[in-house]
Amino acid sequence: MLEHMISALLALGANKLRAALTMLGVVIGVLAVTLLVSVGDGARAYLNNTLSGIGSNLLSVVPGRTETRGFGPPAQGLERPLTMDDAHALERQGTTIRGVSPMVQGGGTVRFRNRQRDTMVLGVGPAFSDLRNMHVDSGEFVREEDVGSRRRVVVLGRRVVRELFGDESPLGQSVRIAGGRFRVVGVMEPKGRSLGFDLDDLVFIPATAAMDLFGLDHISQLVTAARSKEETPAAIAEIEEVLARRRNGERSFTVQSQEDLLKTFGAITGAMTMVLLAIASISLVVGGIGIMNIMLVSVRERTREIGVRRAVGATQRDILWQFLLESVVISTIGGAVGLGTGATIIFLVHRYAPDVPVVLSPWIAAVAFGSAFATGVVSGVVPARRAARLDPVEALRYE
Amino acid sequence: MSETGPLMEVRALERSFTLGEEEVRALRGVTFSIDRGEYVAIIGPSGSGKSTMMYQLGCLDTPSRGTYRLAGYDVGSLDDDELAALRNRFIGFVFQSFNLLARTTAVDNVALPLRYAGVGMRERRARAREALDRVGLGHRWDHPPDRLSGGERQRVAIARAIVSKPALLLCDEPTGNLDQKVGQEIVRLFESLNADLGVTVVIVTHDPSMARRARRNIKLVDGSLVHDGPPQEGV
Repeated sequence: MLEHMISALLALGANKLRAALTMLGVVIGVLAVTLLVSVGDGARAYLNNTLSGIGSNLLSVVPGRTETRGFGPPAQGLERPLTMDDAHALERQGTTIRGVSPMVQGGGTVRFRNRQRDTMVLGVGPAFSDLRNMHVDSGEFVREEDVGSRRRVVVLGRRVVRELFGDESPLGQSVRIAGGRFRVVGVMEPKGRSLGFDLDDLVFIPATAAMDLFGLDHISQLVTAARSKEETPAAIAEIEEVLARRRNGERSFTVQSQEDLLKTFGAITGAMTMVLLAIASISLVVGGIGIMNIMLVSVRERTREIGVRRAVGATQRDILWQFLLESVVISTIGGAVGLGTGATIIFLVHRYAPDVPVVLSPWIAAVAFGSAFATGVVSGVVPARRAARLDPVEALRYE
Repeated sequence: MSETGPLMEVRALERSFTLGEEEVRALRGVTFSIDRGEYVAIIGPSGSGKSTMMYQLGCLDTPSRGTYRLAGYDVGSLDDDELAALRNRFIGFVFQSFNLLARTTAVDNVALPLRYAGVGMRERRARAREALDRVGLGHRWDHPPDRLSGGERQRVAIARAIVSKPALLLCDEPTGNLDQKVGQEIVRLFESLNADLGVTVVIVTHDPSMARRARRNIKLVDGSLVHDGPPQEGV
């Protein structure tokens, strides 16, 4: 076998430019597979990291029924909003959840002296900090008493601090939010951007104060989390039970889990990876056609050689292997070069553009190399069989 | 392999081809046998069937009717792999156009039949060098064909033909592409291989001077044997 490989290499070396161009088809194909799938995989890893970064086993309750599993009767009756009482009830009665925070979403202009910034205002409870992995850098987060006594205090995100205060310490200062006066009690640690959203460009105030500020009698959603991944279904059931009991059995709300979200995103990015793989495969197929074409030409050109080999004792199988190996050698060398180039590009991207999420996982490498090998076999079979089945007499006579 | 009978035994051998509707009878019942160590020329005008006969004798083709036995094996009854093995073991081919592999050194060209006999690389090379020595080209072992003259190329081809020590050297117009002087040297080489190694030499040719140097001539005309014996005058 080794000898067959060596002669295959020698045969290819005899026509270097042709072999190189043929190989180029496979190189490009494998490169495309490697890069495109790396991008898909990178996107998936990025989304997973990001979604896991916002906390673990998160659950959120939003008003209204958006049941997507099965065909229940359509949502009917009152669109009953979520209230602070719902939050309290869950907090008191929940056994499978850790912490509950109301959330009131709004926007407003934050002013300090002559500077101002339009930003997102989140009315929350103290549990929000731990649930969502967002902690203060200095000062304090929103406290229970702040919520209870509807106190006008604010915790500023990093970007807001930078824009309004510059290097000055904001703690203890007073800012105006949508016209109301709030005392700064804390500054959040920097979080950066996530899914295109700047997690530093927001401010936190007590949920009750937010309701006052925006003139609301309800909250936007409830944020909580299961104690563990295994307890997630139990937690969902419990939340539904507690809230439904408060609504005379009516399920006018929906519990969403982080896991569902992860699964959904996983499915999307998985599908994306497959689509990219399919697109990349087209170039590999084209490369394979190139190999087959050249091998057919090669068989024709070397008809006499085949005749001579048969005359001195080569069997059909010997000839078959000879040409099949040549094709496989072209494609695997092409595959190796393509994979190497892809790995180099990915390495350089990591080095010089660490933000771009590309991942070269072993399975991509295996798939890319494996498909290069398979391309060689598939495109070599027809020419090799043609070579093997040549009639020795015809082959020797061939001009 | 029977050591007693003739090396080659051709009995009522026919070979016909169908060209479209028409059946072409290239060999029409030829019978002869050749013993070990003979030196035979198969002659005849072009179209007489001598090429067809040479492919038959070389086990590259099988009879339509009749039998051909090489070293006791009934060639017509063998499958493709067995024919390949038979060629590998018993026959060395020398062609008019040398048919050496390009970009391959003389020694590797000569070693080719041994490769298909399953001989290891090292021994192959050693035996190929010996064969090259035998044809007087030992010093050119590492030259590829394009750096050898016509006569040298044919010597390499002859070395390839004898490297596996075959019983039969089957030559198809071996001097056809060579000038007179070089051709004579090649003929002398065949004669000495025949005399020294005892290898049976069968030369298919239309060159009268080559035919006269053989001890026996088999003449074909229109696919039939018309003469079998010592060279005739005026052939």
